[in-house]
Amino acid sequence: MTKLFVPAIALAAIMFAVAPWLINGAPYESTMGLVQKIFYFHLPSWFVMFTAVLTAGVAGAVHLFGRNARADRVALAAVEVAAVFGLIGLITGPLWARKAWGVWWQWDAKLTAALVLELILIAYMLLRRYGGPGSERLASGLAIFGMANVPFVYWAANLWRTVHPKPTVVPTLGPGMRGALWWCVAAFMLLGAAAFGARMRLERLRTEVDELYLED
Amino acid sequence: MKRVLAAIILAAALGAGETTLNGRAAAQPPPAQDEFVPVSDAEVEQLPAAPLVMTGYAVAWVVIFLYLWSIWRRLGRVEREIDELARRTRAQTRAT
Amino acid sequence: MKAFATIAWLVMRKDLTIEVRSREIVYTTLFFAVSCVLVFAFSFVRDGRALDDAAAGILWIAIAFAGTLALGRAFERERQSETLQALLLAPTDRPAIFTGKLLGLLILLGGVEIVLVPIVGLLFQAPIFARPMLLAFLLAAGTVGFVAVGTLFAAMLVRSKSRDVLLPVLLYPVTIPVIIAGVRGTAALFQAEVDEPMARLWITMLVAFDAVFVTLALWTFEPVMTE
Repeated sequence: MTKLFVPAIALAAIMFAVAPWLINGAPYESTMGLVQKIFYFHLPSWFVMFTAVLTAGVAGAVHLFGRNARADRVALAAVEVAAVFGLIGLITGPLWARKAWGVWWQWDAKLTAALVLELILIAYMLLRRYGGPGSERLASGLAIFGMANVPFVYWAANLWRTVHPKPTVVPTLGPGMRGALWWCVAAFMLLGAAAFGARMRLERLRTEVDELYLED
Repeated sequence: MKRVLAAIILAAALGAGETTLNGRAAAQPPPAQDEFVPVSDAEVEQLPAAPLVMTGYAVAWVVIFLYLWSIWRRLGRVEREIDELARRTRAQTRAT
Repeated sequence: MKAFATIAWLVMRKDLTIEVRSREIVYTTLFFAVSCVLVFAFSFVRDGRALDDAAAGILWIAIAFAGTLALGRAFERERQSETLQALLLAPTDRPAIFTGKLLGLLILLGGVEIVLVPIVGLLFQAPIFARPMLLAFLLAAGTVGFVAVGTLFAAMLVRSKSRDVLLPVLLYPVTIPVIIAGVRGTAALFQAEVDEPMARLWITMLVAFDAVFVTLALWTFEPVMTE
């Protein structure tokens, strides 16, 4: 796994270097103009975040019910990666919104759910850091609850008007835009996977250190 | 992990500050779009989009870079610790 | 099934007996809830009149804060006497213990709400008797959801460091749907022309939330609490 890290990062870096050309080449969107170009980083960030959240939820359940220590490390690494890419999404979103909608923030379903999910991820990390011994199991419980919670937040916030572009946007993209988008999605996913791998290695080494101390 | 938390909290605080300072009296947001419509020429807008787009990309780059750097530093620290422990165990087995 | 109910009943009776004797949690929680209402009232009352929907929001914030306090206190009591460990050592169904604690805390918080709602109604001229059954059902559904998640989290944090601050940190994000539904539903019921269909919609969501999260809590209580 670690041997893949350097080539993965190198490839991701190359893809990121090429991305601005593709993004520049993509046509302007008629109502939003230049500011819509944030989309090419905003959406891929959320893709990575959701993939990581799903990984974390499943790994948490495996750890809690299967008593699998490796699954716990997967959950922790995935939560951290998800929080970082979620943060990118939550910052690029309002920057885009300020121009496109006129306001920095709107309490519609997607935004509210995204913010709550980010809070749950941060709560998970705080629990792991400050909860003391035994907090791995509690954190796995929290991860499961957090994942189950998202549909409810979405449902609750959805009873207000929604201004976020609907999911039907992506399939109807023109060829210039589609290419740039999927390139960026691939670049982000690669980067996310590389970061996840590195974070897993860190966690594995930390476990080794603990075991070495115990042997001493 | 402390670094990541600090970065997130700082960004959140900055975001909250900007919100209270800026977008209060704004137009009613338009209804949701069903598709993005590409166009040949861009029109002149009142609020310059370029700084927002630049900031967006810059933020993405900076956050990713900081995160990878923070993993790298933590890895270095743990690897040094492992080397130290390995050295100590070797010294002990040699002494006994 | 019968053993489950018996255990739950015994645990609940134990908690309530202790509480009836000292009345510590119920008095302090109630007083705290009323203080909360006052503090928020100062922020949201202008020219002697509260902002629209302020009463609903303030009521639910007070319930959430007071509830967190009660949860923390209830399990602190267990921790001090190390009775939780003793309970878990008993050869019983773990979910039954959880249910017992849940019922005890529900009755406690319910008692607090029975006093709190008329006070809010009085201070904000809220029509609490316009649709009393719907309001009661809404409050009950919301409280069940909040306390179910809260009991699980408080129980699992009993042996943690920083448990006092971690409980709200973990609890509030996960119970946000309860707060949203509770506040919007209560606001719909407090309106001049009561919006019944809307209130029923929010109650439906709360009932769905309760079903999912009580089940999840029963399911995860055992693995989370064992070493």
